Amino acid sequence: MAQSLAKEFTKGLWAEIPPFRLVLGLCPVLAVTKTVENGIGMGMATTFVLVFSNLLVSMLRNVIPAKVRIACYIVIIATFVTIVELVMQAFTYPLFLKLGIFIPLIVVNCIVLGRAEAFASKNNPIMAIADGLGIGIGFTLSLSVLGAVREFLGAGTITIWGGTPVFDMATVSSSFQPFSFMVEAPGAFVGLGLLLAIMNLIPSK
Amino acid sequence: MAYFELAIGCILINNILLAQFLGCCPFLGTSKKMETAVGMAMAVVFVMSMAGIITWVVDTYLLKGLDVEYLRTVSFILVIASLVQFVEMFLKKSMPALYAGLGIFLPLITTNCAVMGACLLNISNEYTFVTATAASFFYALGFGLALILFAGVRERVNLARVPKPLQDTSIGLVTAGIIALSFTAFKGMV
Repeated sequence: MAQSLAKEFTKGLWAEIPPFRLVLGLCPVLAVTKTVENGIGMGMATTFVLVFSNLLVSMLRNVIPAKVRIACYIVIIATFVTIVELVMQAFTYPLFLKLGIFIPLIVVNCIVLGRAEAFASKNNPIMAIADGLGIGIGFTLSLSVLGAVREFLGAGTITIWGGTPVFDMATVSSSFQPFSFMVEAPGAFVGLGLLLAIMNLIPSK
Repeated sequence: MAYFELAIGCILINNILLAQFLGCCPFLGTSKKMETAVGMAMAVVFVMSMAGIITWVVDTYLLKGLDVEYLRTVSFILVIASLVQFVEMFLKKSMPALYAGLGIFLPLITTNCAVMGACLLNISNEYTFVTATAASFFYALGFGLALILFAGVRERVNLARVPKPLQDTSIGLVTAGIIALSFTAFKGMV
C-alpha cells in the first residue's frame, strides 16, 4: 500500500510529468510562463484544484451515474476553481491580475479532467490525492522550468515571488541584451518544443 | 469600419491561438491531417459563435441581474457543455451530413479552452451584444485560420527528416512558434 502510494505520487514528477510526458493542458503552460513567479502561481492553483477534485470525484465514484459523469466532474472542478479564484483575488491580487482569464480557464484544463476520468474515478480517495498531488507538483515544476528559461533569456531576470527579481543580468553585465523573442508568443512555442526535445533525449525508463 | 477593425484585431493581431494561447490542445491534437483540421475548425466556428451569444445573455441578464457574478465560471462551463450536447443532438436529427463531417470533434469542444476563453474575453472587454457576437465569430475564424494553416505546414513537416528527439509534438511546437512569429508581423496594423 505504502509502496504503491509512493509510486502514484512520484510518477507525476518524472515518468508522467505534464505537459512533457502527458501532452495535456498546454494553454496555461504557454500563456503564463513569462516569469517564474507566474508559473509557480499557476502551478499551485492547478495543484489545489487537482487534489480536491480528485478527492471528491474518488469519494463519489460509486454514486455518480456513468452516463452523466463528465458533466458531474466539470461541476466539481468548476466549484474548486471558483474557490481558488476568490482566494487569489483576496490574498494575491497582483498575481491574480497577471494570470487573468487563465484562472477560470483551469476548468477546461484537460489535465484536471483527464486525471478525474482516468485515475480518480477508478481508485480510492487516498490514492487519488497522491495522484493529484504528484501530477500537480510535476506541472508546477514544468511551468517553473519553462518560466525560468523564458524569463532568463527574454528579460535577463529571475522572479520567484512578489514581483521583485532575485537575479538580474543587468547587474552582472551592463552590455547584456535580452532576447525578447522568448517572452513573446512565438518564444513560448519554440521554448516548450525545445524543452520537450531535451526531455526526449533522456530515456524515460 | 469599427467592425472591420474588430475583425482584423480578432482574426490576425490577437489571434486566439497564436497570440493568446487558447485552444492549444486541439491545435496540436487535430492538426496532423488536413481533413481533421477542417472538421475541427468548422465545429469551433459553429459552437464558439453560439456560445458567445448565449454566455453574454446569461452574464448580462442572469448573473449581473441577480448579483451572483462569482458563479460565472460554473455557469459558463455548464452553458457550453449543454450547448455542445444540444448542437450534437440537433445536427444528428436535422443535418446528418454535417454531423458526420464534424464527427468526434463536437464533444471535444467542451474542453476546448478557446471557446470558454472567447466568452470570458467578451465579458472582460465589456463588449455590447452585437460586438460580442461579432468578436466571438471573428475569434473562431482566427482559430480556424491558424489551425488550417498549421495543418498544411505540418503535413509537409511529416514528410521531412526530423532529428529523433524533435519528432512529433516537439517539432510541431517549434513549427507553431514560427507561424506565431509570422503573425506578429500584423501587430500595429490597426
